[in-house]
Amino acid sequence: MNNSTLERFEYDNKIVKYFGAATIIWGLIGMLVGLLAATQLFLPEANLGNPYTTFGRIRPLHTNAVIFAFVGNSIFAGVYYSMPRLLKAPMWNSMLSWFHFWGWQLIIVAAVITLPLGLTSSKEYAELEWPIDIAIALVWVAFGANMIGTLITRRERHMYVAIWFYLGSFVTVAVLHIFNSFALPVTLFKSYSAYAGVQDALVQWWYGHNAVAFFLTTPFLGMMYYFLPKAANRPVYSYKLSIVHFWSLIFLYMWAGPHHLLYTALPEWAQVLGTAFSIMLLAPSWGGMVNGLLTLRGAWDKVRTEPVLKFMVVAVTAYGMATFEGPLLSLKNVNAIAHYTDWIVGHVHIGGLGWNGFLTFGMLYWMWPRLFKTTIYSTKMANTHFWLGTLGIVFYALPLYVSGLTQFLMLKEFNEAGRLAYPNFLETVIQIMPMYMLRAFGGLLYLSGTVLMMYNMWMTAKQGTFQATEEDQAPALTKAYNHTGEFWHRAWERKPVFFTILATVAIAIGGAIEIIPTILIKSNVPTITSVTPYTPLELEGRDLYIANGCVGCHSQMIRPFRSETERYGEYSKAGEFVYDRPFLWGSKRTGPDLHRVGGKYPDSWHYHHMTDPRSMSPGSLMPPYPWMTTNEHDISDLPAKIRTLQKLGVPYAEGYDQQAAAEYEAQAAKVVSNLKDAGVEVAPNTEIIALIAYLQRLGTDIKQKPTAATN
Amino acid sequence: MYKEILRSIDNIEIYPIISLIIFVLFFVGMFIWVVKTPKGHIKHMESLPFDENDSINSKP
Repeated sequence: MNNSTLERFEYDNKIVKYFGAATIIWGLIGMLVGLLAATQLFLPEANLGNPYTTFGRIRPLHTNAVIFAFVGNSIFAGVYYSMPRLLKAPMWNSMLSWFHFWGWQLIIVAAVITLPLGLTSSKEYAELEWPIDIAIALVWVAFGANMIGTLITRRERHMYVAIWFYLGSFVTVAVLHIFNSFALPVTLFKSYSAYAGVQDALVQWWYGHNAVAFFLTTPFLGMMYYFLPKAANRPVYSYKLSIVHFWSLIFLYMWAGPHHLLYTALPEWAQVLGTAFSIMLLAPSWGGMVNGLLTLRGAWDKVRTEPVLKFMVVAVTAYGMATFEGPLLSLKNVNAIAHYTDWIVGHVHIGGLGWNGFLTFGMLYWMWPRLFKTTIYSTKMANTHFWLGTLGIVFYALPLYVSGLTQFLMLKEFNEAGRLAYPNFLETVIQIMPMYMLRAFGGLLYLSGTVLMMYNMWMTAKQGTFQATEEDQAPALTKAYNHTGEFWHRAWERKPVFFTILATVAIAIGGAIEIIPTILIKSNVPTITSVTPYTPLELEGRDLYIANGCVGCHSQMIRPFRSETERYGEYSKAGEFVYDRPFLWGSKRTGPDLHRVGGKYPDSWHYHHMTDPRSMSPGSLMPPYPWMTTNEHDISDLPAKIRTLQKLGVPYAEGYDQQAAAEYEAQAAKVVSNLKDAGVEVAPNTEIIALIAYLQRLGTDIKQKPTAATN
Repeated sequence: MYKEILRSIDNIEIYPIISLIIFVLFFVGMFIWVVKTPKGHIKHMESLPFDENDSINSKP
């Protein structure tokens, strides 16, 4: 190589350090919030007696903090470190890098403020309201522009597989985020989903499933393909396998979303499609896992002493476990057991704590000493972290598997008379309470490991000197490149923009095949004539249900099983949800299903149950909501809500927005008088009145007249 | 609105066949890609993470 053609340039380590520090700090906060939520599940007093720290609002705060703050910042640290070094070019624009960093942190701060306030769209892993959604889109585009700019200014002609994963993740998350966030705003922090009922559910789980795929999995696979070979000091086991891994994974993943909705009111064909593709996903996932583990061929002795490799080996193993369990759970008969139970929570934490957490820790332990030109402060402490974390995962996941199976068996048990053996849902909850305590202990172990890492990183930084930039040199790409004899795939590989489009097409095919027919075919949602829009009072009650995150513990979807119809009533029909914006089917039953709770109890029962759940259900772990009986509910935006829903196609009569307030008061007066008859005095403009009206409406439409379902 | 437009598409039954063809072509294409890639290129690609002159990074 002629030295005169070498160009000198510098890698920016400062941005990597900032993202790395952010992932540690947010990780700690996210895990702490998770521990609080876990404690609330066996100690309702831990809800701290106010709406802001009550489980329903704390749970989405935990999921958002660990997914988008902890894992998100970890991805960005990994990308900003590896991408410039793989492409022999600094990140394209440092202004964009810093806009990305501060923009992302601001979004997280906005989440930390709005979620406890109850400002939520209630869609899982996409809870943030529309102004924050727009901010996310902007920051995400800045990130993508920065990556593509770097690719255009690169000095290495070919893109290493890690970069494929980064690009694939970028385009897919952008597509998912935009489609799932379609909503019509009412006010600055309230909007109604553009989709209703079954459609909303399908889009949400197309998003939810693929957010797991393209936020928690593919970027981390990119990081695995860079940092694991670096740490093991040998190239990836099979580069060809990594090509197969990448393309099959991004192609197959997009089809599998409906496996989150088995046995629900979703059309059968969509459920089958979801299951079939989930099974197929096993192949690329395990291909990737094997590729990662075999990269350590001949280096296994190092795994005994090197904490970085220990973390990475467990991370890749957890990836293998979670991706084996995923297809298994998508089989209808397994899903019937696991869905709505703690099994699912155990499953996602194998992925979250094992795969995302441990790969992040491994990467940080490898990267941090290099950023500070020193060695790790304490290898012993890192090893202790490893064991605390590993035991934490075991203590976290195992009790939840036991809990899930126990609850399933109890809920399904019938006695000799053909009646439910445990007709009260609460009996099953009391049985699994010890498992919740063990789980919280597992979380505590994991968290203490993270605290140890934070101290270790701090001391490592202190003993070293930070190197803000790192010099490197490489020849510029020559324009005159000899293409002859180059096969088409190699030509594609060195055209990043074309490559990105190709990846987009691959993911778009699965997405389109899943979404278009649902929109297309009217018979997907059978119409039921007796289903009518919510009254203003019920609508406000529903919005309170959403704001308080009731959906975090209560589903509204009775599956067509004898044990469920016996317990809850008639199974849920697709046509019953046509006015549900957003849908509130839920994904976890910590409490019983509520779809047919309407009319089951008198208004006064709900009043007492909401004020103090244990007065009505001794031993209940539901948090009390006494403030709802005194909090006045503001209905100034009611006309705007009605108008927004009209625009979305809800058949309220013209001019109804002006009558809504009067109807609200009339119906509230009825609830108040019902309560008065039972000896409860409460003002008509309180939150509890609207909530009771909504609960009493739930699932009652099809009981009004003989059902006129047409399919 | 867009629902109505999509609903009016004729021959909707062709879509599953198109999906199957895309699916098969995708995997056939990918395997050709992988099989046809020359060894030298693979060697170059897999060594990309190690191309640095950074002394710390090249330490075992």
